[in-house]
Amino acid sequence: CFPIVSRTDFSETTFLLEIHHPMMAKAAKPGQFVIVMVNEHGERVPLTIADFDRVKGTITLVVQAVGKSSREMQDACQVGGSIFAIVGPMGIPSEVSNAKKVICVGGGLGVAPIFPQARAFKEAGAYVIGVVGFRSANLMFWEEKFKSVCDEFVVCTDDGSAGIHGLVTQGIEQAIIAHGDINEVVAIGPPIMMRACAETTRPHKIKTMVSLNPIMVDGTGMCGGCRVRVADRIKFACVDGPDFDGHAVDFDDLLSRLHRYKPEEKQAMERYSDSCRRL
Amino acid sequence: MARKTIRTIPQERAVMSVQDPEVRSKNFDEVSHGFDLENAMLECERCLMCPEPACIAGCPVSIDIPGFIAKMLEKDHRGAYDLLTDSTQLPAVCGRVCPQEDQCEGVCAVGVGTDLEPVAIGRLERFLGDMAIEKGWQKTSHIVANRFRVAIVGSGPAGMACAADLAKAGCSVTIYEALHAPGGVLRYGIPEFRLPNTVVDAEIANLKALGVEFQCNILVGRLFTIEQMLDDMGFDAVFIGVGAGTPHFMDIPGENLNGVLSANELLTRCNLMHAGEFPKYDTPLGLGRRVAVIGSGNTAMDAMRVSLRLGAEEVHCVYRRSEVECPARREELHHAQEEGVTFHWLTNPVELLGDADNNVRSIRCIQMELGEPDASGRRRPVPVAGSEFDFDADTVVYAIGTSPNPILGQTSHIGLNKWGYIDTDDSLATSLAGVYAGGDIVTGAATVIQAMGAGRKAADSIRRYLGIRS
Ligand SMILES: Cc1cc2nc3c(=O)[nH]c(=O)nc-3n(C[C@H](O)[C@H](O)[C@H](O)COP(=O)(O)OP(=O)(O)OC[C@H]3O[C@@H](n4cnc5c(N)ncnc54)[C@H](O)[C@@H]3O)c2cc1C
Ligand SMILES: Cc1cc2nc3c(=O)[nH]c(=O)nc-3n(C[C@H](O)[C@H](O)[C@H](O)COP(=O)(O)OP(=O)(O)OC[C@H]3O[C@@H](n4cnc5c(N)ncnc54)[C@H](O)[C@@H]3O)c2cc1C
Ligand code: SF4
Ligand code: SF4
Ligand code: FES
Ligand SMILES: [Mg+2]
Repeated sequence: CFPIVSRTDFSETTFLLEIHHPMMAKAAKPGQFVIVMVNEHGERVPLTIADFDRVKGTITLVVQAVGKSSREMQDACQVGGSIFAIVGPMGIPSEVSNAKKVICVGGGLGVAPIFPQARAFKEAGAYVIGVVGFRSANLMFWEEKFKSVCDEFVVCTDDGSAGIHGLVTQGIEQAIIAHGDINEVVAIGPPIMMRACAETTRPHKIKTMVSLNPIMVDGTGMCGGCRVRVADRIKFACVDGPDFDGHAVDFDDLLSRLHRYKPEEKQAMERYSDSCRRL
Repeated sequence: MARKTIRTIPQERAVMSVQDPEVRSKNFDEVSHGFDLENAMLECERCLMCPEPACIAGCPVSIDIPGFIAKMLEKDHRGAYDLLTDSTQLPAVCGRVCPQEDQCEGVCAVGVGTDLEPVAIGRLERFLGDMAIEKGWQKTSHIVANRFRVAIVGSGPAGMACAADLAKAGCSVTIYEALHAPGGVLRYGIPEFRLPNTVVDAEIANLKALGVEFQCNILVGRLFTIEQMLDDMGFDAVFIGVGAGTPHFMDIPGENLNGVLSANELLTRCNLMHAGEFPKYDTPLGLGRRVAVIGSGNTAMDAMRVSLRLGAEEVHCVYRRSEVECPARREELHHAQEEGVTFHWLTNPVELLGDADNNVRSIRCIQMELGEPDASGRRRPVPVAGSEFDFDADTVVYAIGTSPNPILGQTSHIGLNKWGYIDTDDSLATSLAGVYAGGDIVTGAATVIQAMGAGRKAADSIRRYLGIRS
């Protein structure tokens, strides 16, 4: 079992868990993820390693409660408790290239997984422009933490309650115009946002890396459930990714495959909500 | 006593009861019940006790088959079991899942050149394996502990067999497994109705009793590397038995439609994650009503028979060669036919067609005919021009083979062959000193008994490498 040592709630649906796992803290690199089972009956849920502390021996996950399994994590995972199973770090670590100037884009929850990459670029001596997007200012988290690894920091909100009134793509566009010498963009967030980022940079021919989140089971390359189409070839996101060239990813394919289990997910969620109400 | 001859032995195989196909295709209970004592003894009578037994040569781990049968005839079942386990670590498993018709039974003197069925060696082996589990027999030859520590990567049959031999040789052995439960394909691949989990659990308990430590949820290569195990973690040797794994697709149009998945995924969801019991278990299955499985090996048979049991109304098998070339165990093919799978031999899919929501709806196939023999000596199937036809399927399962798992190649300097499998010499040593490998990750997809044999062979090499006397 894997003890939960701290928890922070960012909003009604988003929370952070810090888990004691010294070996994983030592091995983790930016861009990697874990697979978590809350209990014996649970699904295998992939979650990005949002931070790691080699001294304390912990890794940090930031989770958005979207369905049964993540809701159950939200309800069940408390400090002092533990997690039934956690395996990782999985996936190929992000390539921290020797780009001189990069834009690190995080949309919503994507702010968490992009953070270790922004930090790694900063440590490698790059000029880092952070662009983060939220629906509204009250959903924002890790502002100070993120700022501390950025040379410039741009906030975008859908409702204009903070920073630019608009999408992260506007923030990217502005930065590209202001600098003219951006070598690389790294974007993590919902697939639709990543696609929009890739479309924004395509005309400028700026290398754009995205982190894909298809439905996974084992995370070891054994089931093929996580297959995505990149440059018209099948790739398994858990062992060939999760990072891919955003200009080559077939996002329509990813989006449609993410809906594969919608009826079952709805059923599971309704059942879970009912059982919670009864308690 | 006069030597037995073909004419004096019981002509018919002893009876083993099996569940009725109508009933069993709706439950996950074991299909075959195994011999009872009386029938096991009757079957033993059928062995000719050949002076030069072909069966031993036919078994990949050279089990002394007439030897253990002789002990059974003396009613020394414990002795028979001990003799059996001199050669095999997993009798209850291999007795059930070995392709006996290609191995021991395929060359048994009773069956060769006669119209009799060979001695039911596999069933006898299973009988003894089950008896041992029931009675709690353990072969606890006195273990003399040494100072060596050995790590095993992967808890499939190769890893388990290697661990057992090294533990008996006195090493302290740790098995690392990436999934949350040990057993490899025996757990996540082969379904309950062919190999109950209780049997796998019993084999694992045996290993634990020998002092083997299991650590699940450890992805070797990523959590730590093979090199780190030797340099930092204090292991004296490492055995790699990570299986082949990575499933193939065909690269035809429509493959990424929803409802298209690999047999590994279907079986993992069902066997490891209990998706059949959704929503009690959280993993969904999403199985449709008309299931088409491409391929006809053991994995395909398992996917088809699991689908039937999970409520599919129709299950179709699509295979580009003919029934003669079907690579599955004969028994599984027959069981699948009895349970109502429809077989489309000499048929190859060319495209998967979907609806507006990107769900697969039908499968377009082309008829094949057998042409000239290919490199494998089997006649190559060639498409018949203009013979395309469609049939409806809302779930399409690929069971057309696997390629090697890439993780260890990505994370260590271990030598791979041109197909990506781990390169070894005859002693199963890899390019890294102290690191050995065996099973599917060396040979490509093979059989449980071959993986087990490789694990034992590697254990022997590791003993010699460490200078432990046998
Ligand atoms: C590499 C990777 C990294 C991820 N990192 C994070 C993260 O840091 N924080 C976070 O909150 N979420 C992350 N996700 C997404 C997270 O795994 C899903 O939100 C979660 O599995 C949903 O499960 P559920 O039962 O709560 O919701 P459900 O209602 O079951 O599903 C909601 C949606 O999530 C997706 N989903 C469902 N099951 C899976 C699965 N097994 N694997 C992947 N996606 C699934 C589907 O699109 C589904 O429609 C990541 C996914 C991947 C593949
Ligand atoms: C569905 C199916 C049915 C089959 N039916 C039969 C049959 O009837 N008869 C027969 O003889 N053979 C059958 N086979 C083949 C047989 O199961 C395999 O040949 C055999 O299991 C190979 O054993 P192995 O030990 O090499 O690997 P596996 O059994 O594949 O075990 C490898 C283990 O290593 C783990 N692993 C992988 N990578 C890592 C890592 N990096 N770190 C830690 N752990 C890792 C995996 O999770 C897995 O548990 C079947 C196979 C399948 C898939
Ligand atoms: S291990 Fe397999 S091949 Fe060998 S005797 Fe037993 S059933 Fe036959
Ligand atoms: S070949 Fe057949 S008959 Fe001869 S010893 Fe082996 S099992 Fe008995
Ligand atoms: S999640 Fe199974 S292969 Fe990637
Ligand atoms: Mg879910």
